[in-house]
Amino acid sequence: MTVPALGPVDATAVEPRPGRRLRSARLGTARYFLRRLGFYAVAAALAITLNFLIPRLMPGDPASALIAQMQQKQTLSGDQVHAIYRLFGTPGEPLWDQYVTYLNQVLHFNFGISVAYYPTPVWEVIRTGLPWTVGLVGLTSVLSFVLGTAAGVVSGSRVGSRFDSFMTPASMFMGSLPFFWVALILVLVFGVQLSWLPTSGGYDGDMLPGFNGPFLASVLQHGILPALTMVMASVGGWLVGMRNMMVTTVSEDYVLLARAKGLSKARVMFQYAARNAVLPSVAGFALTIGTVVSGQLLVEIVFAYPGVGYLLYQAVSSVDYPLMQALFLIVSLSVLAANFIADSVYGLIDPRARETRS
Amino acid sequence: MSAFVRGLRRLKLPPNPKVRVGIAIFVFFALLALLGPFVVQNVMGLSPSDVDTAQAMELPSAKHLLGTTATGEDVFAQLVVGSRISLLVGLVAGVITTTLSVLVGVAGGYLGGRADSFLTAATNVCLVIPGMPLLIIVASYVQGRGGWLTVALVIGLTAWPWGARQKRAQTLSLRHRDFVSAAEMTGESRWGVITRELIPSLAPIISVSFLGAVVGSMFADAGLSFMGLGNINITSWGSMLYWAQNGAALTRGAWWWFVPPGACIALIGVAAGLINFGIDEISNPRLRKPSKEVRARARAARLHAAAGGSAARATAGKPAPVQEAAS
Repeated sequence: MTVPALGPVDATAVEPRPGRRLRSARLGTARYFLRRLGFYAVAAALAITLNFLIPRLMPGDPASALIAQMQQKQTLSGDQVHAIYRLFGTPGEPLWDQYVTYLNQVLHFNFGISVAYYPTPVWEVIRTGLPWTVGLVGLTSVLSFVLGTAAGVVSGSRVGSRFDSFMTPASMFMGSLPFFWVALILVLVFGVQLSWLPTSGGYDGDMLPGFNGPFLASVLQHGILPALTMVMASVGGWLVGMRNMMVTTVSEDYVLLARAKGLSKARVMFQYAARNAVLPSVAGFALTIGTVVSGQLLVEIVFAYPGVGYLLYQAVSSVDYPLMQALFLIVSLSVLAANFIADSVYGLIDPRARETRS
Repeated sequence: MSAFVRGLRRLKLPPNPKVRVGIAIFVFFALLALLGPFVVQNVMGLSPSDVDTAQAMELPSAKHLLGTTATGEDVFAQLVVGSRISLLVGLVAGVITTTLSVLVGVAGGYLGGRADSFLTAATNVCLVIPGMPLLIIVASYVQGRGGWLTVALVIGLTAWPWGARQKRAQTLSLRHRDFVSAAEMTGESRWGVITRELIPSLAPIISVSFLGAVVGSMFADAGLSFMGLGNINITSWGSMLYWAQNGAALTRGAWWWFVPPGACIALIGVAAGLINFGIDEISNPRLRKPSKEVRARARAARLHAAAGGSAARATAGKPAPVQEAAS
């Protein structure tokens, strides 16, 4: 990963006058959040519309294909046939009318009935997978951000030290491997050859899910390898990004001053240099959420982990269009929501972000 | 011919060893994809698709260099023949991604105003919609139709926003330079400025991001094939991983089946990483590890200072704080 580019200053942007800046600071914050909210609303609208258009623009008629396929399993009622047409396109009906009925269905979380898990409604199926994925993504992305950034601070404050000359190439190497293949190797080594850890599922199959000790222990045990894969794959990017920013920041005058004052090394490193060097990484955090989720979909397939990615795999391999469509929508909207939160946090910690127009 | 050779001579390799190793790996795989299939099929007489159930799941041996699959196909032959499709998908998707990102990024950065606002907003919106799930649903609707070209097209059309953003930032720093103003004065059209002035000056950045796009597309293709979408019936590294997963290669411990194709993809990823890393070092010398000579001289200077210091302090009866000098 390269240094997140600090966008060059736009010469045409109007620099607010110092006096005005104080008075409009609070207003600027509100405007910043409103603008970001507007942006994510547009992105969400695009995701919903893409979800609507893709089956309708594709060659062939997914709705009829789906109905034919479902009728092999079960006779469908007229209502069910009608519902499928509404989700995937009724031939001949104007696109705009289809869009309105589609939006109405989405608003009510009515995504039809799953083919793979017939006759469970799609929304029910997704609800079982969502907590697994959210838990794993949340845990691993925060963990790798914290670990990678901290290591990057140490690495970047002394380029060429023993730590740096081992960690930087090593993390670069880890970052350039395909996620799901690393997962396959971990399964082979720790699951099959050494049989230390379970290789598939989210918990022991003969256990009943519930909030009790043995079940949680089993969940933890099953989560180790998937989490390890995700952290291994993304920790290096944070390390290298932070290291490269640290290298530039460490030679700034205020860091020199802090050092000259005789402050302890750790204090100079973390409180002076790292605080400023970390801003691009925080800004980058929002943009990587989508990548992390994308990577996790494949990792979940390798481990048959009961999250959204594995459901997507089930949907794809059994041509379960309703489940597939709904999963795309839910994943996209979740990523957008996570992005919005990360963006807002960034706006709070870096006032400069609120001033520049983007 | 001689002009061509002279041209080749003028192409100098960057001095950074990381960049050189990275380029060497790329050249190796390009040659493998171009010539490998001929050698394997016509010279060595191996077939990637001959089923031979009598020799299924065999360990690597002299006869089968990388062993056999569950249906007795030769893994080595598959690996070499598969390199062609994997690289081709990466190349085509990379070209599409790079072209789109250059057009959107450079046009936005140069034109400014409303066109830029629109293009930037479009880029940012496309950037936050997660690519892999989108890729998966589009690929599953077009399943089986169009083969590798469709897969490449779908990847290329979803991967451009990252590059567009980066190229816009670079264009912004170029657009008020003298050579651009000079071209505008001579009456060059906007399109002319973009294609004849801006894009050539961005060439180094464009070529690096093209490399990244090729590798990213190969990863995406492998991921899609691994899920059974795209071209699982054509031999490629991705389809090898799919059949390995399908044939329970993991639980049977058949490492020779899925390690080689993944290792090739990983090696190409590492090559791109090396080049990226090397270029970062070229553009920002502070990131470089000091050379041996420099380090030796610095150590000598420190020792000298410490010796001088200790001599001075020894008179005061205190040992020299050698570690302090190291900082």
